[in-house]
Amino acid sequence: MIRISGLSHRIGKSAILHDISADLPKGKLTALIGPNGAGKSTLLRLIGRLEPLQSGSVTLDGADLSRTPTDQLALRMAVLGQQTAIASRLRLRELVGFGRWPHHKGRPRPRDLEVVNQALAAFSLDDLADRFIDEISGGQAQRAYLAMTVAQETDWLLLDEPLNNLDMAHARSLMARLGELVRVGGKSVVTVIHEVNYAAAWADHVVAMKQGRIVAQGSPYEVLTSETLSMLYDTPVGVGSHRGRPLVLHHV
Amino acid sequence: MRLLPAAMLVLAGLSVASLTIGAASVSILEATRDPWAALVLMESRLPRTLAVILTGAALAVAGVVLQALVRNRFVGPETTGTAESATLGLLAVTILFPASPLWVKMVAASLAAMLGTALFVAVIRRLPMREVMLVPIAGLVLSGVIGAIATFIGWQTDLLQYVNGWLMSGEFSGVLAGRYELLWVAAVAAGLAWFAADRFAILGLGDSVATGLGLSPGAVMRLGLAVVAVVTAMVITTVGLIPFVGLVVPNIVARIMGDNLRASIPVVAVFGAVLLLTCDLIGRLIRFPYEIPVGTILGVVGAVIFLWLLYRRPAHG
Repeated sequence: MIRISGLSHRIGKSAILHDISADLPKGKLTALIGPNGAGKSTLLRLIGRLEPLQSGSVTLDGADLSRTPTDQLALRMAVLGQQTAIASRLRLRELVGFGRWPHHKGRPRPRDLEVVNQALAAFSLDDLADRFIDEISGGQAQRAYLAMTVAQETDWLLLDEPLNNLDMAHARSLMARLGELVRVGGKSVVTVIHEVNYAAAWADHVVAMKQGRIVAQGSPYEVLTSETLSMLYDTPVGVGSHRGRPLVLHHV
Repeated sequence: MRLLPAAMLVLAGLSVASLTIGAASVSILEATRDPWAALVLMESRLPRTLAVILTGAALAVAGVVLQALVRNRFVGPETTGTAESATLGLLAVTILFPASPLWVKMVAASLAAMLGTALFVAVIRRLPMREVMLVPIAGLVLSGVIGAIATFIGWQTDLLQYVNGWLMSGEFSGVLAGRYELLWVAAVAAGLAWFAADRFAILGLGDSVATGLGLSPGAVMRLGLAVVAVVTAMVITTVGLIPFVGLVVPNIVARIMGDNLRASIPVVAVFGAVLLLTCDLIGRLIRFPYEIPVGTILGVVGAVIFLWLLYRRPAHG
């Protein structure tokens, strides 16, 4: 379980997060939803120790984040931030291979290469493995980063808008893969999701944020209601049902 | 991986040429019998050849490390204020502690170079990420400012000769046994960079990726700055400023084999040595037996290579 208590964060003079406390369940797929600027990414980056904590604390399965060495945390959680354009010219195999760095520290063993090949296959990147990352499409690069994150083989995966740049087919297959990692692999996934229907269809637990505060959390059926979503996004949103899951009708 | 052996073969050929070419007309094949030939070989030709190879290799490696640290391909140790800062450090120690031993001066130069490069990194962190070309421009401005301060202090203290010796384009005609050995320190620093190659490659992917993989971006940055600073400081104090090697060679190698530094740093080093030794040989042959400084030759050759790189760069991102 990730336990967040009393977390506040400021960037310059503007407060991004106000006194956030929440528990993110282990062995579940948790979706962070909310309008732009709600603080979802900041919260994820703080949990992933990509930004230093200003106040409050985060514990990961009981271990205090600020007191655990960063290289040990890298064996327990993998973080995928939002990708900006990168200047590095790496082959996909090399990039995904860096996901194994926390395990081998520069001396890859046969097992590491095996995991890299599995990750490449899982994101259907086999054919692109020897291409340079600056020579493929944005969606393919996004899948390569996801493969790198999965290759890290950690109990926890923190993903910031992993569906960015992915087409319909790859977006669905990513969510199915995350679901499988949770249900079959026993992993825990926390992901920021922009399109609420992916949360509705795949998440076990939903945390809704607005203006730096958590406004609702619980199962998809508890959180993804017409009332909560209309308040969350300041716009009327209807909610239907499809195959026993909420279906959010925000586009009509 | 046939690139590395091929480049090493070329380097071996150039080294033999470098050992046989020089103003003194001696045959190095006679060195075992002719004491005069042996003297020329051991005291002049061999040190010079080694000095060029060490300088070329170390500068090219410093360039590739610097480019990974700042995530920009258009910078080299000579365009980021590193050399000028090293000069400032040397100048300070020469004025304040004139009697200090050589190693103190070298440490001062390296520390000053590291501070200057750290200042450059701090400046470019404040620039908008997408403005790729602002990074080299900021570096040139910073180099100019620090160089101007060094020149002013040099002028005020009658040490302008030294300043010019460090910052004018470098050349190897003064290299003799006993006067180039500091370059081995530069080579050791470059070797250290190879040891930590994965760390630099990961930092090149961004601070977030590096942190996520359990690295401390600050520590990797300091290690990289130390490598760049030590290499630059040793080179400018021994032979003067050598332009373009640290800028052009990493670009050529990245184009061919990418940024997996563990694999590419040895190739970068050999390419750097080949480029510098080629230019040094051209400088020695063009008006034989007189010499043209290698820095001048590099200015021409490097500019042509760099323009070629710029224009054939495909439009990505």
